[in-house]
Amino acid sequence: MIEAFRIPGAGRLKQAKTARFSFDGQAYAGVEGDTLASALLANGVHLVGRSFKYHRPRGFLSAGAEEPNALVQIERDAARKTPNVRATVQELYDGLTAQSQNRWPSLSFDVGAVNDIASPLFSAGFYYKTFMWPKSAWKNLYEPKIRAAAGLGVAPDQPDPDHYSARFAHCDVLVLGGGAAGIAAALAAAETGVRVMLADEQADFGGSLRFESGARIEGQDGFAWAQAAVAKLRAMDNVRVLSRTTAFGYYAQNFVGLVERIGDHLQKPGRDLPRERLWQVRAKRVVLATGAIERHMVFADNDRPGVMLASAARTYLNHYGVAVGKNVGVYTANDSAYAAAIDLKKAGVNVAAIVDLRDNPTGPVINEARALGMEVNFGRAVIRAGGKLRVSSMTVQPKNGGGERTIPVDAILMSAGWTPSVHLFSQSRGKVAFNDETKRFVPGTYAQDCISVGACNGTDGLMATIDEAYAAGTKAAKDVGAKAAKSTKPKIDASESWSRGMLGAAPGAGPGTTVKAFVDFQNDVTAKDIRQAVHEGMHSIEHVKRFTTNGMATDQGKTSNMHGLAIAAETLGKPIPQVGLTTFRAPYTPVTFGSIVGHARGELFDPTRKTAIQPWAEAHGAVFEDVGQWKRAWYFPKPGEDMHAAVDRECVTVRTTAGLFDASTLGKIEVVGPDAAKFMELLYTNPWEKLEPGRCRYGIMLREDGFIYDDGVVGRLAPDRFHVTTTTGGAPRVMNHMEDYFQTEFPHLNVWLTSITEQWAVIAVQGPKSREIIAPLVEGIDMSDEALPHMSVREGKICGVPTRLFRMSFTGERGFEVNVPADYGQAVWEALWAEGQKHGAGAYGTEAMHVLRAEKGYIIVGQDTDGTVTPNDAGLDWAVGKKKADFVGIRGMARPDLVAKGRKQLVGLKTKDPKVVLEEGAQIVGDPKQAIPMKMIGHVTSSYWSQNCGRSIALALVAGGRDRMGETLYVPMPDKVIEVEVTGMVFFDEKGERLNG
Amino acid sequence: MLLIRCPYCEEERPELEFRNAGEAHIARSANIAGESDDDFEKFFFIRSNPKGIIYERWRHMHGCARFFNAVRDTVTDKFIMTYKAGEPKPAKLPGASK
Ligand SMILES: [Zn+2]
Repeated sequence: MIEAFRIPGAGRLKQAKTARFSFDGQAYAGVEGDTLASALLANGVHLVGRSFKYHRPRGFLSAGAEEPNALVQIERDAARKTPNVRATVQELYDGLTAQSQNRWPSLSFDVGAVNDIASPLFSAGFYYKTFMWPKSAWKNLYEPKIRAAAGLGVAPDQPDPDHYSARFAHCDVLVLGGGAAGIAAALAAAETGVRVMLADEQADFGGSLRFESGARIEGQDGFAWAQAAVAKLRAMDNVRVLSRTTAFGYYAQNFVGLVERIGDHLQKPGRDLPRERLWQVRAKRVVLATGAIERHMVFADNDRPGVMLASAARTYLNHYGVAVGKNVGVYTANDSAYAAAIDLKKAGVNVAAIVDLRDNPTGPVINEARALGMEVNFGRAVIRAGGKLRVSSMTVQPKNGGGERTIPVDAILMSAGWTPSVHLFSQSRGKVAFNDETKRFVPGTYAQDCISVGACNGTDGLMATIDEAYAAGTKAAKDVGAKAAKSTKPKIDASESWSRGMLGAAPGAGPGTTVKAFVDFQNDVTAKDIRQAVHEGMHSIEHVKRFTTNGMATDQGKTSNMHGLAIAAETLGKPIPQVGLTTFRAPYTPVTFGSIVGHARGELFDPTRKTAIQPWAEAHGAVFEDVGQWKRAWYFPKPGEDMHAAVDRECVTVRTTAGLFDASTLGKIEVVGPDAAKFMELLYTNPWEKLEPGRCRYGIMLREDGFIYDDGVVGRLAPDRFHVTTTTGGAPRVMNHMEDYFQTEFPHLNVWLTSITEQWAVIAVQGPKSREIIAPLVEGIDMSDEALPHMSVREGKICGVPTRLFRMSFTGERGFEVNVPADYGQAVWEALWAEGQKHGAGAYGTEAMHVLRAEKGYIIVGQDTDGTVTPNDAGLDWAVGKKKADFVGIRGMARPDLVAKGRKQLVGLKTKDPKVVLEEGAQIVGDPKQAIPMKMIGHVTSSYWSQNCGRSIALALVAGGRDRMGETLYVPMPDKVIEVEVTGMVFFDEKGERLNG
Repeated sequence: MLLIRCPYCEEERPELEFRNAGEAHIARSANIAGESDDDFEKFFFIRSNPKGIIYERWRHMHGCARFFNAVRDTVTDKFIMTYKAGEPKPAKLPGASK
């Protein structure tokens, strides 16, 4: 493969090895050190994409991160397909495979290009205006079609096999941007000994020194100096240098997010390396050295492949040794394009003509261009580019009108001037200020401890840049406490500097024209679109942006913002600063989800909490359900059983013999201290002072508003020690609630709170045979009903290990909860299991637990209550200490609405047809024949098939429910209306005899 | 991500370690059960929502676990100062413009 446009002897990749690659299935060769863009250009390929809206053929505008057109899909394998990669920053490796995007069936023949012909339909605000009606069509018809037609590349449909890492870092001085300014600032700070970080988005440091052939620093070529200076920085212990690293977001208090690309430039990235690394850096001082971006000229068909920024053409030549054409034209309003023309001419490329919009510019580059024999035209404009898949000519006219002349060219180099990159400064909440003389927005008021230097600060010329940056680096170090160091400020031997430029549409694309003179290439926004937006009433630049989409999407207006603003200002007849600049949003360039997510995916997305007994449950075939972060055994199916059959069997087993249940996930808090009882009095509705040590009580916790917050059984182990249990999901918030009151409202109480949830495994043994199962394993506890009655707790030993043995029941059967240190949880479970086997006991899961408690009318906070239920609503008035003067919620509970008649109250429901099981959440009405919308008087909170009752059972919140006992109500469902009878909440063993059975 | 100074740890720590806990200096009455509806409404429901200086409670959840008070500017999001729970509302704010 011959690289027809690689110029022998030019650029810095002369010794590089060949790298083969393919683009749209066609094989090419480039060299290592190329970007995909430079390698394609070396092969004469300019057409690389289709535009977003009009599907117009597009080529390379730039040679860097600001590229709006050349977005490609890089495919390593089926799972590694990255869309929207800018070919101008993708480094070439041997074997790289790239595809163009947004075209069908092929890049040179694209059906979607009909949008270009039909473009009057697609003008500014088109989507908003056209697809408004009917409303339903938006969701079902318009949006899917638009999305399919407008896609920018295709996301992979397989999981990402790469891994991503993340690091936090702290430093004294963070320098963002590694051109001449950034390097100088980093050198100045680093030499004082403070901790410095220097980051640049490119593979090599140097910034614009990459193309500025006229820069000489410390006796060498500017780019070579940059490499030497960075090598020196890398060798310093107090400096971290990050290349291929983009600072994408600047957040509060000098917190900066950076992404380091580690694998994307490698042929075979090691599996031991992450693909990308997210750096979250907290810096005491930030130096912004983010440079400037060249602007294009806004003229008709300025998007034809081959029309590009002058600095890009210069970069391709001076760094990559690639000529962007053989016969180029130049269109400029600024000196810097001359330097590009001169470099190309010297490399043997014909420069057909330089067209300069300015009337009588003077300067050394203009003289040099003339001396090299180039045709230079002042006061003239390029009014049109010819060609379709590649530019073929430029048509020139005096800027105030007159005769046209068409000049054949195969590339147009353009420069309207340079826009300081204030993106990160703006993200830091700094306010930009407009310099009317230079027509630039530059950093004005700072909001954080940062400073801008060099081109991003509007500083022209290498000499001034180095002076400013070195001083800023020195000051930043001094600000963080460094002592002065000997100055080693780089000495500038030669440099380039250029003057201003122009903003807005060039002649031929002005008001009244309908030509396609692109302002924003990525979003297909033309000068006409912006004028139209203003005419249609968008007078704020933020409205213009949204109406036209100018400066939106991945590009964030890097090349388009200033032109768009100038055109809007001109149309409005207002000065630019009065129209204002849109806000720059993070990220500066697109960031992968992978780098944000890092290792937090799959099992590491959220921790899974496992009880000590989970391995046993897994081994015995449990089906698990997620309860918060916990995995809980849901049911234990035997061969051939479905969930229904398994749960029925488990429920019957508990009531006929006994069942074992892993209750370890219950929240547990130990409340200890001389004032423990006083504290409990304040945090729970119940009285605690008189509870005997060794006894338990069901406690209700309210919030200050009087609604139920949590519940659980509390055991008093000693006068100064309570073992409090909470709901599984409520444990952290109950602990927080207790700490809050303890620390801020009741700090005078002498009490200590400790979460012991994970310290104790809990095995519930419930059923008529429960005592017989436990007793043989217990030492030091009298298990008789007299010594250990229902709702009592004893400390002793089981299987030789310490236990807190609770006699309590969440099933209505005689029951125990055996607390043992978590490390012994499984061993004790296995011992109890072995004993249980002798009696025909079984294990039961959370579903059976729910059914069994519902059979007894025991509520579950969060299922039968929803944060608007009072103890009275739930039928739990008995648990509220009537003589207490204070507890959290005492006043809230007495609010007028909370004691009013007709509140929803918890009741039982029996379906008239016992086989019908209600749906939880179903609404309840009094009259099913009333007109829709019906008056809903309540809803079902719990509903199950109860094998023990031989029928369905349900709990419900019903308005005035306790006064409706025996009443028939109705549950309307989509296909039928279910008749129900209001009942009490206890469906099984109403007298409660089985607690001692 | 903000940096917040915990007055107990006496260190600036990242926001991730903290939880906001609502407005500060709203005392719970020692005789709450005897409060009028209006007083309870003021205590429980009414909160200021200033543009500018706000006094609020934070908890150093993943640190020392202590609740403390903070003064923050809701416009700039900057913490002006933090102080221990139970300490009075500061009479003067360091470097505050308003
Ligand atoms: Zn702390």
